[in-house]
Order: sequence, then C-alpha cells, then structure tokens
Amino acid sequence: MAGKCGKLYKKAAKVTKVIDKATVKHVALLSRLALDEREETTYSTQLASILSYINKLNELDTKDTPPTSHVLSNLRNVDRADVLKESLKAEEALANAPEKEGDFFRIPKVIEGK
Amino acid sequence: MKYEPVIGLEVHLQLKTKTKAFCGCSTLFGQRPNSQSCPVCLGLPGSLPKLNHEAFGHSIKVALALHCSVQKEIKFDRKNYYYPDLPKNFQISQYDKPVAHDGFVDISSCGKIKKIRIKRVHLEEDAGKLIHQTGGPYSLFDCNRAGMPLLEIVTEPDINSPEEAYDYLTGLKSILKYLEVSDCDMEKGSLRCDANISVRPAGSDKLGSKVELKNMNSFKAVRLALEHEVSRQMEAVSAGEKLQQETRLWDAGKAVTLLMRTKEEAHDYRYFPEPDLVPFVPDPSYVEDIRKTIPEMPDAKAKRFKERFNLSDYDIAVLVSDKAAADYFEKCLESYDNPKTVANWIMGDITAQSNLKNTGIRELGISPQGLAELLKMIDGQLISGKMAKEVLLEAIEKRCEPAQIVRSKGLEQLSDKGELEKIVKVILGRNEKSVQDYKGGKKNALTFIIGQVMRETKGKANPAVINEILKKSLGE
Ligand SMILES: [Zn+2]
Repeated sequence: MAGKCGKLYKKAAKVTKVIDKATVKHVALLSRLALDEREETTYSTQLASILSYINKLNELDTKDTPPTSHVLSNLRNVDRADVLKESLKAEEALANAPEKEGDFFRIPKVIEGK
Repeated sequence: MKYEPVIGLEVHLQLKTKTKAFCGCSTLFGQRPNSQSCPVCLGLPGSLPKLNHEAFGHSIKVALALHCSVQKEIKFDRKNYYYPDLPKNFQISQYDKPVAHDGFVDISSCGKIKKIRIKRVHLEEDAGKLIHQTGGPYSLFDCNRAGMPLLEIVTEPDINSPEEAYDYLTGLKSILKYLEVSDCDMEKGSLRCDANISVRPAGSDKLGSKVELKNMNSFKAVRLALEHEVSRQMEAVSAGEKLQQETRLWDAGKAVTLLMRTKEEAHDYRYFPEPDLVPFVPDPSYVEDIRKTIPEMPDAKAKRFKERFNLSDYDIAVLVSDKAAADYFEKCLESYDNPKTVANWIMGDITAQSNLKNTGIRELGISPQGLAELLKMIDGQLISGKMAKEVLLEAIEKRCEPAQIVRSKGLEQLSDKGELEKIVKVILGRNEKSVQDYKGGKKNALTFIIGQVMRETKGKANPAVINEILKKSLGE
C-alpha cells in the first residue's frame, strides 16, 4: 500500500471522533430502529471502537491519490440500448413477498412526516 | 418594512424512453400493477443496473437546451432513505457530479424578459407507487414506476413572485416539449414540481429560512400554493415571528399549506458513489451530435414568426407554445398563404377539437394540406365558412380529409350564375305576394325569398350570387 505514492506517516494530532449517543439516536432514527437507553450506550461504545479502528486508514497520506469509487478504475461509459426485455410476471414478482393483496405488495403503512 | 419572496423550483421530468433507466422493463403507463419489474428494479441480490443510452442522451439534450455545461465526468450516487417506495431502499441519483450545471432559461413575465439560472440537471430513477388504504394499517406497493428515468431540473433562487414561477414553468414545459424528450403530462405525473420559498426584506441579499413546498399537481396549483405561502410567511415575519426551515404540503381542497416535517427531522440521505455504475465521460463529438438534434426553440420561433407573418403577439405566443401547432401552421401555409386565416382556424376550431378529444393536433387526422384545401374552397366560394366548420368536424369524426366530405355530400356551393338565375325565376314566380311586398317597401320580404332559394337548393346556393341576381331581377 505504501509502495507507489503513499508515504506512511503518523497524524499524531488527529483525534478519532467519538460516536456520541446523539449520533447513535440519529442513525437509529434514519434506519427506523427502536433502541432503548442501554442499547444506545452499548452501540455508541461499540461504534466508537469500530470507527477508531477504521480511522487507522487516515494515517495514510492520500494527498496524491484520487478518490476511487470503483475497482475497475479505467472502465467508463458502460450503457445499454433502449431495448425492451421481458419483465417478470406479476405473479413471479410477488412470489417472494411476505404479504400481498391482489397484484400488490402489502407493506406496513408508512406515512412520511408521521 | 417591505418583504419580497425568493423562490427556487425543482422540476422532475419523466424521460420518454421505451425502457426504464437501468433495466429493460417497459415504461408504459397504466399497466397491471407489478407487471413491469425485474431483478434489477426489484433490487434482488446479484442484479446489476446498466444505464439506458437513450435516457442519458435525453438528459444531455435538455441540459444543452437550458444552456448548461455538460459535466466532463458524470457519476451516479446512492441516495439512502427509509420511505418504502423503492424496493432497493435507496435511489440511484446524482450528488456531486450531475449530468450538467449552470445554465439558464429566459422567460417572459409581465411583458419583460427575465433570466432564471439553472443550478443543475441530474438523472435519477423514479420511485414506485404507494397506495395508502384509508383506515387500514397497510399500504399497497406497485413497482411499475420504480426505476423509470427521471430528470431533475433545479433553478437558482431567482424567482421573485408566484407569477414568475408560473411563467418559468410554462416556458420550461414548452422547451421540454420541443425537445420531444417527455410527455410533460402533469396529470400522468410525467412532470412534477416542488418549490423552495423564503421571504426577505426587499433589496436584501440575505436568504431567509427556506420552506419546501410539495404536492402541487398543476402549474396553477404551484402559483396558488406559492401565493398562500408568501402571505403566510410575510404575515409571520411582519408579526415578528421567526420562521423555521420546514417542508409543507399544499392541500388543494382546503387551499392551505400544511406542515409536513421540520428541519430536525430533515432527511439525511447519506449519499455515496453507486459502485454498480462506472462513471460516464461523454465524448465531445457525442455531445455536439446531440446539440445538432435540438430544434428551433420556442423563443427563436416566436421571433421568426413575428418577422415573417403579420400576426399579433398573442397569436404568435399561442401558436409557438405548442410545437405541433406551430409546425402545422407552417406546413399549412405552404399550400395556402394566408397566415391570419390559418392561425384563426388552428387556434379556433382545431384547438377546440384537440382539447375536447384530449389529443395533439396531428392526432385529429386532418393534414395541414387538408385544412389548406378546405380554406381554398371557402375562398373559391365552393362552400361557406359555416359549412366549412361543419365539414371540419365531420372530417375529424370520420377520420378523413375535409375535401372528401365535401365531395361525398355534394356540399359544394352552387355559384353557377346561369343555374341560379333559373332557380330564382321559379321562386319569384311562386311567391308573387312577397315580390309585391318587397317592391312596396317591405325590405324583409327579400330575406324570405332568399330563404326559399336556399330551401330549393338545399342550402347550397351561394348567398352573394343570389343577392346579386335578386337585386337585378327586382329592379334595383
Ligand atoms: Zn426492471
């Protein structure tokens, strides 16, 4: 990893951001997870420890490394012609649904803002 | 203190393609629920999205028409949220490298031209449809719309009144229709609009707390919702209240905006690069080829019409607002060179019929040449203007050209002087009393005589010719 352009060096001043309870609550809300007080404490400790481990990567100098979102770094412009393909039949699409009603998937009601 | 509204608009446009944005499922509207899905748009494990070339081309075409810079490297990102309208639990959208950015639209508002800057144009996938059953604890989900190509067009906050917002939307829609990249049908949801609005002291360059307005189903609804929101915010600010950043829904029935969520609950979409789609680097020659397919835009067409034809600004605006109508108009003029008459017919009876039938002007089945023939028949006094209108309606009903109706019904006006003179002579002989009345000074006896001639000829006699013959025979 240190080979081509990266020099390993210590960012001594860099302090790992602690995951506080407020962050855990926020992430839980975004994921629609109901956590109790005890779980919030547990997860904030656990997440903080996981993140500080991952943060080791910050010790790497990536000044000259362009951000990479894809492993296939040279691949560009992969598209397809606008040609119709056969879709699944409604019965097939619904085959794995835990709940259905007529031709529809049936899901717990979620009204935004509520 | 005087306040002014600051408005930015987000338009979502469903692009007209045969298949969805990232899979080969059909984009047809109104099909059996969940009959247009596949592993890709259902988000099944192991499936790989692949961008629809046509959708990509359409988005570049729109970007160019809106004078935007097409990004050198275009990238897709995942937008994560928990509303269950996409089976994948995220939406493929664009975050920091959209298709294009920094363009503008010139709109005409209150007789003036105003530049509305376009912030960005990005391509994403549409969500599926949720049907909320009233009362029940469940919602129903239809995946058919999930994954359809959607273009988001975002303005800078350059709009300063609900009227301007309306004019921007009308102008934008007309451009988009010219590009033939979408049906632009708000009723079918192929064009949707959200608004961001705040108020600030007039002349200030600071932005107030932004309210996002949703759920407007027509351009008129956008204008009305904005009018209500402007007054609500101005009243609040004038009363010394502090406005908060929030999302509000327009309730058309009650004509009010209702709070949906505040900033604290605002979405945190946790965008990250879509690993299943590699970046796109459009070749400059590809972009130039698309630029060449952009037709004359409505404002350029209006300018040309004004220079070439002696028409009112209103007529031109109406004709140009619909590309099909403008094309029809020009095609018709090739065979019948009277712009005002052609414009009147298109804007009158023909538009009335296409509105009534809710179809485009070309779908009425009357060719521009067919209309030209009909207008020539009026000028040549083969039929009257009134008959021509009836012929047109019948031709539309029977889906044939007007001339065919005229021929098949023998509707051609009787203008042959010799023949009409014979008929007039017979009628005068039969109605001596009226002739006496007329000569005795009862002018309306003439109307009766003309009516008799019309009856005799089953309405085909040319009134101008009869008049001439009668006046001569009755000694004027
Ligand atoms: Zn699909």
